[in-house]
Order: sequence, then C-alpha cells, then structure tokens
Amino acid sequence: MLQKKPLITIRNLTKEFDGEVVLKGIDLTIHQNEFVTLLGPSGCGKTTLLRILGGFEQPSDGEVRFEGIDLTQIPAYKREVNTVFQKYALFPHLDVYENIAFGLRLKKVPEAAIMEKVNRMLSLVKLDGFQKRSITSLSGGQQQRIAIARALINQPKVLLLDEPLGALDLKLRQEMQYELKEMQKELGITFIFVTHDQEEALTMSDTIVVLNEGQIQQKGCPVDIYNEPNNRFVANFIGESNIVPGVMPMDLRVAFEGQTFHCVDRGFRQNEEVDVVIRPEDLQIVPEREGAFTGVVDSVIFKGVHYEILVMVGDREYVVHATKSASIGSKVGLFVSPEDIHVMKWGGA
Amino acid sequence: MDTKKLSYPYLVWITLTILVPMLLIFLYSIIEPGPEPLTFQFSLAHYLRALDGLHLQVLWGSFVIALASTAACLLIGYPAAWFISRLRARSQSQVILLLMMPMWINMLLRSYAWMTILSRNGILNSVLAFFGLPEQNLLYTDFAVILGMVYNFLPFMILPIYTAILKVDANLVDAARDLGASPGETFLKVIFPLSIPGIITGITMVFLPSMSSFVIPQLLGGGQFLMIGNLIERQYLLTGNWHFGSALAMLLMAFILLSVWLMKRFDPKSMDSGEGVIPW
Amino acid sequence: MVKKLYLGLLFFFLYAPIIVLMVFSFNESRSGTVWTGFSLTWYEELFRDRRMQDAFRYTLLVAVISTAVSTFIGTFTAIGIQKLRPKWQAFALNVNYFPVINPEIVTAISLMMLYRSLRLDFGFATMLMSHIMFSIPYVILAVLPRLYALDKNLAEAAQDLGATPWQAIVKVIIPQIRPSIFTGALMAFTMSLDDFVISFFNSGGGVTNLSIEIYAMARRGIRPTVNALATLMVAVIFTVVLIANRISIRKAKS
Repeated sequence: MLQKKPLITIRNLTKEFDGEVVLKGIDLTIHQNEFVTLLGPSGCGKTTLLRILGGFEQPSDGEVRFEGIDLTQIPAYKREVNTVFQKYALFPHLDVYENIAFGLRLKKVPEAAIMEKVNRMLSLVKLDGFQKRSITSLSGGQQQRIAIARALINQPKVLLLDEPLGALDLKLRQEMQYELKEMQKELGITFIFVTHDQEEALTMSDTIVVLNEGQIQQKGCPVDIYNEPNNRFVANFIGESNIVPGVMPMDLRVAFEGQTFHCVDRGFRQNEEVDVVIRPEDLQIVPEREGAFTGVVDSVIFKGVHYEILVMVGDREYVVHATKSASIGSKVGLFVSPEDIHVMKWGGA
Repeated sequence: MDTKKLSYPYLVWITLTILVPMLLIFLYSIIEPGPEPLTFQFSLAHYLRALDGLHLQVLWGSFVIALASTAACLLIGYPAAWFISRLRARSQSQVILLLMMPMWINMLLRSYAWMTILSRNGILNSVLAFFGLPEQNLLYTDFAVILGMVYNFLPFMILPIYTAILKVDANLVDAARDLGASPGETFLKVIFPLSIPGIITGITMVFLPSMSSFVIPQLLGGGQFLMIGNLIERQYLLTGNWHFGSALAMLLMAFILLSVWLMKRFDPKSMDSGEGVIPW
Repeated sequence: MVKKLYLGLLFFFLYAPIIVLMVFSFNESRSGTVWTGFSLTWYEELFRDRRMQDAFRYTLLVAVISTAVSTFIGTFTAIGIQKLRPKWQAFALNVNYFPVINPEIVTAISLMMLYRSLRLDFGFATMLMSHIMFSIPYVILAVLPRLYALDKNLAEAAQDLGATPWQAIVKVIIPQIRPSIFTGALMAFTMSLDDFVISFFNSGGGVTNLSIEIYAMARRGIRPTVNALATLMVAVIFTVVLIANRISIRKAKS
C-alpha cells in the first residue's frame, strides 16, 4: 500500500465526563485519503472521539494535531472538517437547496456559484431535481444523501460520519456502503466513519480501529483484523469465533484439545499459555476417524447460506458453519488447516 | 461565545427578584423592632399571633372554603368531563373551546357578573319573586364565595380529567368488555382508575388557587368574610404590619408547597406533564 | 339525553352570568334586573371617563412592552439554561418555577417589599418591572420543552458547516422553536392584560390598569359602566379567540 502523508495525529487523548473516563489515552494517526472506521460496541468511546475531532467536545488531556496544527484551539465552525450526523440533523425549516447551501451562504459565496455547486452536489448524490423539496418529504435514504451533500459542498479535508447508515434498512445500507466508498475514492478525501457494525467496517474501510472501553484494541486493514485478532475482544467482536485455551510448546506448534497442531504463529515463550481462535467457517466436519479431534453434534440451525452446527467436544462447544447438515447426536470429526489457526496472547479466563 | 452564558443575566435577575424577596419575607417574619430605633430582634411572635384563636379561624376557614370549592368542582366536573369525552370527536373540540372561552375573561369581571346576579336587587331574587319564593340574601356569604370559586375554577377541573379519560386506550375498554365487564364495570374498574392522574391534577389546579384567592372573597364575600389572602393584603395595604404579613405569607407558602408535594406523591407524573401550569 | 341536558346546564351556568352582564350594559336605568329600555348611556359614560382611558392605555402599554422584553429575555435565557450543567440547570428551573407555583399574592408582596427596600417610587416602572418578572418564567416554560425535544445535533450541524454559535442560534435554533416562542409571548401578553393582584400591590402615582379600575368600582357596588366595559372586553376576547381558533384549525388541515 502507498505510504501517505499523516493528516491527523492524536496523542494520548483522554476524555472524562463527570469523573467517568471515556477515552483512555488514544494514540492514532490518520492519513490523507484514508477510509478509517472506528469500530466498537456502544459506549466504547468511538462517538466521543469523533465529536472531539468535529469540535463538539474538548479533550480532558492529550493533543490532536491537524496538519501539524493544534486542533483543540480551533472552534468547530473554523475546522476544515465536516460531519454527517447519526440522524442527519437536516434543518427542517429549510428546503433541500437551502440545507445544502447553508455552509456556502455563511461564507458569503455569490449566489450563482452556490447554485452551480448545489446542483453539482445533488447529482453527486443522485438526487437531481430535489432542490425545492422539503426535508420532511424525503425518505431516510434521501435524507442521508442530502446530509452527505451538505457536508461535502464545503470541500472539507476530512468527512466525519457518525453511524450514518444505522437508520437505513439492510438493502439500502449495502447500497450506500458501496456508494460512500466510491465517493471517497472519487473525491480523494479522508473519511472517518463510526459504526458498531463489523460487516460495514470490513466492507468499506482501508483501516479499521477497534475500540473498547476507551482504548484501541487493534488497528489494521480489514483482512488482518479479521484473520489475526490481537485479543479475545477483537476476535469476538469481529465475526463469530471459537476461542480455546492452548499452549505453545514451540514456534509453529500449538497444543489444544489434547493434540498438537501445526500453525503459522511464532514469537511466544516456550509453553506459553495462549488463546486459540478458530473461525466457525474454518472448521470442517469430517468422518469421525479423519478428524483432528472429535465431538458430538448438539444442534443444527439452518441459516440460509449455511448451517450453524454446534459440536460438543468434551465440555466445550464449537460453532461450525457448514454447507452440509449433520444429524444431531452423531459423532463427528473436526478438522482445521494450519493457516486457519490463530494464536493470540492469553486473555485470562 | 459559550451558549450557556446566555442564561447568566437571568440567573442574576432571578436571584434579585425572586430569591432576595423570598428571603426578605422570611427575614421579616422572624424579627420584630427592638427597643431602640433601627434595631431588630429575633421573634416568633408573628407566627404565634397567626395561630391564635381569631387568625387560626381565618386559616381554617380558608381551608374549608377551598376544600368545599374543590369538592364541588370535582362533583360537577367529573361527569362533565365524562360526557364531553363521549361526544363525537368534532363536537368535542368545539365544546372544549366553549369551556375555555370564559377563562380568557378577566377574573374580576367573572366575579363581578355574579355580584350583579346575587345582589339583593339582582336577577336571582326577581326570579325567586316571580315564583312567589322568599327573597334570599346570598351576596356576601360563604355560599357566594364558594360559588365564585367554582365558577372561576371549574374548567381547570374538567380539562385535566377530560384529557386523562381521552388518553385511556380504546383497546383497554374493548379488552374489559371482551373479558365480560358490563359498561358500568368497565367504567369503575378500567376508566376511572386510569383517570385518577387527571383528577389529581384537577384538584391541585382548583384547590391551590382557591386557598390563596383574594379577589373572589373580597368581591363576593364583601370583605366581611376574610380568607388568608385578604388577611395578608390587609397587613400590607392597610395596617402596614409587614412582619405579621410575612409570617402569614410563609405559612401560606409552606402549606402550598406541602400540598404540591403531597399531590406529587400521589401521582409523580402530574406536575411534569406540562398540563399543570397552575392558574392563580 | 342525560349527556346533552347535563352539558346544557353546565354551559348555562358558565355563560348566563356573562350574558346577563352584557345585556344590562344596554339598559337605560341603573337597574341590573329590570329592563327599562335600550340605551348606550353607560358606554358614553365609559368613554368620557378619563381614568378609564388612562387605565386602558397603561394596560396595553405594559402588556406590549412586558411581552416584548420577557419574550426576548425568556427565549435566549432558555437557550442558555439548556446548556448549563445539571446542577445549575436545576437551580435555574426551580427558582424560575417559584412565581409559577407561588400564590400571586405572595409574589405581589415580595415584589412590593423589594421595591420598598430599594426605595423605588411606585408607578409605571414598578408595574412594568413586575409584569416582566412574572412573565419570563412562563416564556421559559413554554420554550424549554421544545428546545429539549430539538435534535441537539442541529446546532452542532450548523457550527460544523461554519456557523458561529450565535449564527447557529439565530439561523437554526430560533426558527425551529418559533411556534413555542409565539405561545410564550401569547401567555405573557394575556397574563399581563389580565393581571390584577400583582399590579394592585405594585403600581401607584395615579398609574393603574383596567383590572384595578374594575376592582375599585366593583367594590363600591354594581355600576353599569363596568357592565359596558365588560361587554367590550368580552367581545374583543371572543373575537380574537374565535379567529385564532379558526386559523389553527385551517393550519391543522393544510
């Protein structure tokens, strides 16, 4: 990947609300033209981080630099950053045209230029001809697009998006994910996107920052985050995982379920206790004697694309996603290939 | 600019025009002039005076009048609210408007209207005379005061009860009927219990202004009948005894805060729902 | 049937006194009982009465000024209050609520004591100040719920798009809460027009309002000029209320 110029650097960012620490020393660098997603469960601090970048909250400690300049001293209305709010926050007393023109009006841009830019924005978000429509007459998806147009018309260097797709239905959401990604590539600006939906994050991002309890759990590209979770939290949050305690007798070997397996991980101490992560789709159900270990099928649920099969191995339950069903109560073998075994530091019981 | 600073001038203003005067009242109620000019000493004499025989009677009388007025409003108002809620939707809003119109008329005029009716030469006596009935002297009696209270405050009882009845989910009524309740039972077991918050708001909105009213007893009670409001007015505009007046005002406020608190305990939602801006 | 009869009696009770009052304002004699013939004598007397005219002028003047001032202060204060820390917010709202739940007579004497302590002369200024004082809480109470219901991102969105906090208030917040500002102003106006108790204690120097004049006359017994004044006031009020109602119905329909 191309190495780009850093745009925003965040150092030791801390935020307290009435004694409750919401952000605990965040360090993060965001580059030009990067699509960054802040991913985490509600209350993890992702929205607070976004609001600090937007200028709606002041950090308790730490620094935020934007192209090297201290951002915290600049009020929201002077920042070259625009936001698409969760519920869009369109102005109900203004029509579509006036909503989009709002920022330019404040900058006293001549009317002709405003009109030209608003029209261009409307076609960018594929809502030509909507100028005079009232906000309340628009559907959720259309409001969403107007909110994006209203922000982008100011040509921000960074666009902040606070769970902007949360209110849309599944189909529209998938469509907008694709369109947002296209828009970001076309405009060549940085998008910082907040979501709790891991699928959304995996689909759109260049970089995912997983947050939990005010701390960064992992930062990386979608593939790495999915395949090599740093810890139990990330493994559980990004997709479903089977997390099993194990031991590393040596590099490239890991022992669990009474067996020693080949794997691709190294750099652990000898006999270090670790967590082994196996994704449900990486486990294969095979005849009993072909399996690396065996178990009893506990339940089978049809999920459309696959079957979700629970296999009891001793007292431990494994989730398996398979395209073929299995009969409940039957003894089966489980197989996993070395590159699908992910070893991470032991995270405690 | 920090938006919250917009409220700072008002915070200073309410401290000056609300808190300081309240403090003045409190202060005046617990001091009396000392032996030398411009000296003051702590004293509970004004409170003791307020609770002596004659004045206690006034306080008690105010309470009884307010209670009677409230009871009358409830007795007249509940059926009215119920009947209005049973009208067709279109007529309901017209009837409610008709109910609210008199509230826009100055309270003095509304009381004055009853003066002309109840007076010795008033309409009421000519009607009675027409039927050969004895002349009544109703103006300047307890009855006239209670009548004036009911006339002035009745809409404040009807409106919240009506709103509460309207809010009862029609499905609940259907469910009660479905489970075998007769219309009477449905009313007693479903609608009436659910309208209690409205009753409580109504009681608050009638009882409190009745208790402290000073115009109605003055005009319809003729000033012979004193309620606590008239007593306070006298201390300020007639005898100039601010100390005693302040003690009376403190007692009235204490009583009213206690009532509001009691009502809130009955129904935690009644005061916050915005229906209850109390009309004094 | 019972329903119609009951409501009929109720409205007879509510309206009969007012109608009697109005009818006898056109009576030729002083009597409030015996109709002796139609005349406009009492209206002529009312219009000749200089005191009444002054009272009418003061009533309107105080109502207009106090409504304007209290609506302005109340609106911006409410916008500020809603941004205060919870503790201060609770303080502001509780103190603000005092004049609302306190009996009028207590508010009246509290202001009287304040003005006396400050050695102010009772007159137009004290009456106006009192009206502003008791109106602001109602404006705030009318505006605040709408402010709380407002998407708080709206003001942020305005600032995000380059509006200063002040511009955000003027261009976004105020247009959003305009109906409740109007409600607050209407409350302030009618309460000022209607006020008797607080004005009674806090005016002086020959400055009165209509309520005080009515009180003074009514206390001396029944006078047909009061009937005439009442008739005019009721006519104005009912016309305004009916027109306002018509407008709101039409608005609701469209």
